[in-house]
Amino acid sequence: MLEISSLRAGYGALEVLRGIDLSISAGEIVAVLGSNGAGKTTLNANISGLYRLFGGSIRFEGEEISKHTPERIVAAGVIHVPEGRRVFPNLTVRENLELGAYRRARARRSANLDRVVATFPRLSERFDQKAGTLSGGEQQMLAIGRGLMAEPRLLILDEPSLGLSPLLVEEMFELIRRLNDDGLSVLLVEQNVVQSLEIADRAYVLENGAIAMQGAAEALIEDEGLRRSYLGLA
Amino acid sequence: MLDPILLWSGLVNGLLQGAIYALVALGLTLIYGVLHIINFAHGSLLMLAMYGVFLLFSQFGIDPYAALPIMVVGMFVLGYGLQRGLISRASHGRDENILLVTLGISIVIENLALFFFQGDTRTIDVPYAFDSLEVFGVFIAIPRLIAFAAALLIAGLLWLMIQRSDVGRAIRAVAKEKQGARLVGINVEHIYAVSYGVGIACLGAAACLLMPTYLVYPTVGHAFVLIAFTVVVLGGMGSFPGALLGGLLIGLCESFGGLFLGESFGQIGIFLVFIVVLLFRPSGLLGSRV
Ligand SMILES: Nc1ncnc2c1ncn2[C@@H]1O[C@H](COP(=O)(O)OP(=O)(O)OP(=O)(O)O)[C@@H](O)[C@H]1O
Ligand SMILES: [Mg+2]
Repeated sequence: MLEISSLRAGYGALEVLRGIDLSISAGEIVAVLGSNGAGKTTLNANISGLYRLFGGSIRFEGEEISKHTPERIVAAGVIHVPEGRRVFPNLTVRENLELGAYRRARARRSANLDRVVATFPRLSERFDQKAGTLSGGEQQMLAIGRGLMAEPRLLILDEPSLGLSPLLVEEMFELIRRLNDDGLSVLLVEQNVVQSLEIADRAYVLENGAIAMQGAAEALIEDEGLRRSYLGLA
Repeated sequence: MLDPILLWSGLVNGLLQGAIYALVALGLTLIYGVLHIINFAHGSLLMLAMYGVFLLFSQFGIDPYAALPIMVVGMFVLGYGLQRGLISRASHGRDENILLVTLGISIVIENLALFFFQGDTRTIDVPYAFDSLEVFGVFIAIPRLIAFAAALLIAGLLWLMIQRSDVGRAIRAVAKEKQGARLVGINVEHIYAVSYGVGIACLGAAACLLMPTYLVYPTVGHAFVLIAFTVVVLGGMGSFPGALLGGLLIGLCESFGGLFLGESFGQIGIFLVFIVVLLFRPSGLLGSRV
């Protein structure tokens, strides 16, 4: 579904990603792990077309998308729920959700709105409230809800559990698993290594802009090196 | 003592004038609110639109009110093209460059106007220019009444568009969260240009409403834009209802200032109120608190 090869990317003269190869098959959850500053968010931003690549290629369902505009990439069904949520603070919850269907699935907007509200009942209590007045956790739900409004084919989640209480983190992973059971492919960037590996099919570990490790999630969760560097376990 | 008729006439005149200020300021505040730039070309684009109305009338015999749809569409297209083709390209997204680019546009337009029309003032002679209506002892020029009603109507339609339509939602989204907007598939450059175009289209409408009772000359925009800047700051930068309220308020200040302090001091009233309001509400009447 998504094929990334020899991706090089960064900001200005700074090269952050130095040759990344990564792939996602339909129906998979693929986790991307790595310490702060490894380049995970940079990877997501480049898949979404927010920056111009330095080199390499990104193909989605066989089509080269690395030169496409963000709106074309959204239209193709690659939906990115960004780090820091990026909801529209001056718009109501309902308007935020409606804008989720700005470029895609507009015809089924009201049906999808009902579906998202059923997934996040809390949002419906806040429907006419400005998104900027929501709590961090509620904003995270809104950001994901907004992403779902576009009927994603591939959903990119950048640290969806950041700032959530342990109970909500649990719920978040449960939700991702449920969405995946319904057939959605997910690229999951996370700090919660264990929980991510528990729901993921495969994972990549990013270090200093390169893939340091990759493999089946069950295998990685047992890996000594990974346990030492990311879980602080001996 | 104070003649009630005089006060009534001051009120009427102030409101009529204020609605036009509000219309000019709405465009300015929309552009500021979305693009975060102060459009220094606003005054000269108003002047350009007024010459447009003048030419449509003198060359083709098109009545200024009939010219309204033409001017609104024409100015929208001009604004869209300026933003997309020139301002965003030449400024590389840097605010200080945008400022210079809009200033440059205004200088070019003003010099073109000087070249083609010299410094002369021009008017159009419509048969209804002096029609008036007596309301409680005060004569109100019909064209100014029309301008008042149309300006409020346009402001209302604009408000609906911004609040209720998909484009309006996208405009508000881009104003506060560009990256998020890109990620839902909004073409930010397009929305910037639409916002600039709509702001400039307001000037096209204002020109049609003004021309039956005003004259046009190459620097006519200056007076308006200075007041429009005041209105925008007074109402709260980027605030829509603020621009409307501020416009009416400034119209009233000017009119009552002129009444009590004499014509030449009328404008002092504007700046007095301006200073007083900003002393107590630094972010403007309806601006969000700092
Ligand atoms: N907009 C930017 N301009 C310049 N440099 C940037 C920008 N964004 C990120 N960087 C740099 O790129 C590197 C990778 O950042 P990135 O945000 O991709 O890391 P990350 O893996 O997502 O980290 P985290 O886990 O903290 O979110 C960092 O060194 C960062 O300083
Ligand atoms: Mg990150």
